[in-house]
Amino acid sequence: MSNWEILWSSRDVFLQGFYNTLQLFGISAVLAFLLGSVMVFLLEGSRPRLKIPLRIFIDGMRMLPFLILAYLLYYGLPSVGIRMSAWYAGLTALVLYHGAYFAEILRGCRTTFPLGQVEAATAQGFSLPTMFLRIIWPQLILKTRGLMGNQLIILLKDTAFLVIITVRELTAAANSLSSTYFIPMEAFIVVIGFYWLISIGLEQFIKLIGRYGAKRGFENA
Amino acid sequence: MPETAAVSIRKLSKSFDGTEVLRDVSLEVQPGEVVSILGSSGSGKSTLLRCINWLEHPDRGDIHIAGDRIGVSDSGKLMSRRELAGMRARLGMVFQGFNLWPHLSVMRNVTEAPIHVQGLSKAEADERAMALLEKVGMVDKREQYPYTLSGGQKQRVAIARALAMQPKVMLFDEPTSALDPELVGEVLGVIKDLSKEGYTMVLVTHEMEFARAVSDQVVFLDKGIIIEKSHPSEFFVNPKTERVRRFLELEALVV
Repeated sequence: MSNWEILWSSRDVFLQGFYNTLQLFGISAVLAFLLGSVMVFLLEGSRPRLKIPLRIFIDGMRMLPFLILAYLLYYGLPSVGIRMSAWYAGLTALVLYHGAYFAEILRGCRTTFPLGQVEAATAQGFSLPTMFLRIIWPQLILKTRGLMGNQLIILLKDTAFLVIITVRELTAAANSLSSTYFIPMEAFIVVIGFYWLISIGLEQFIKLIGRYGAKRGFENA
Repeated sequence: MPETAAVSIRKLSKSFDGTEVLRDVSLEVQPGEVVSILGSSGSGKSTLLRCINWLEHPDRGDIHIAGDRIGVSDSGKLMSRRELAGMRARLGMVFQGFNLWPHLSVMRNVTEAPIHVQGLSKAEADERAMALLEKVGMVDKREQYPYTLSGGQKQRVAIARALAMQPKVMLFDEPTSALDPELVGEVLGVIKDLSKEGYTMVLVTHEMEFARAVSDQVVFLDKGIIIEKSHPSEFFVNPKTERVRRFLELEALVV
């Protein structure tokens, strides 16, 4: 049997890993984006009591290597009595970490948002949540789609770190096949293919937002 | 006893970083009246207009809209954003820079507040918006996005958007100052139509001829003080102060 045939016969392991990675990536991407959006909304208006803790959280996350956060949640928290499965610990790490980055991307864009549009909404009696949801947020998404796409790719690649806290994702699948049959080259090439597949899908999704934006004159964003 | 003023401003003062931009300004706008606020740049015209719907908070004095005080509740506390929203619904504002929402079509710019602030159904809001877009001559552009429109068209949409909340008073903050000269006419035409329909309007403008034609009352601000307040037939023909006379002479030269 050639090395490739060995891999083909163990395709279930890959597919299971691929499915787990896809699931982790999809759920954490959505949650991290929502978390980032909520934090940017909370930074709206004058809420000084929220502003400081949010800034500390966002900056703190950005100063931290992702792997350390994953370790901390999986191996560190049990010592204070909080136990999560590897999957939940991994998901939580991805959401918190990338949520902070999404918040920073959106916040940066928010600071240059045209004041006149906000005044027009204020003059029409919009509440803060409605104004954010209907006027500001959609435009932040259209304007930051390039940076968000980047961040999503980084998020995807960070899922690979979770092999270290024993999450059974794609890299873990390749790892185990490579060490069982000692075919690291082929196993990791296949895994690269899977990551590319997700990245290409992601790119298409960002392009879709781009087309939606271009129709509305947001092409230079 | 005259009917309640649409806008009643009493002894309004406002400073920015220690610089006084409005001092003891008082002004009454009766229902159906068109009042133009004139003055050179920096005289406080826009600030006065922006105080009316509380986009700027005055330091002293009070403003009543159709009899109710804006900005400060009966108990003397500053109004919450929610309370303000109720008062602001009585006022429609048109800005110098249009401030349309670029991600929404012309139609959705107009229906946005009626649906999401007033709680109208989409069908009701659409019906209202169609009538207003008809009025400003923008029905055939209703599915387009703002970036495809000329400045004059954008401003006409902005006027329809402000009217969509069915305000008691329309506030115009230099509505034609950002427009190419050949586009000014179409916007002034719409505003003139509104004055004929009996809308109450407060207008900050540099268009002297226009102010003369549509206004019931002209107010001249100089360094934050109203130095002249009269009917246009009086104001433009026989100004009481030297300051206004000079201003009008300069304007005439420019034209």
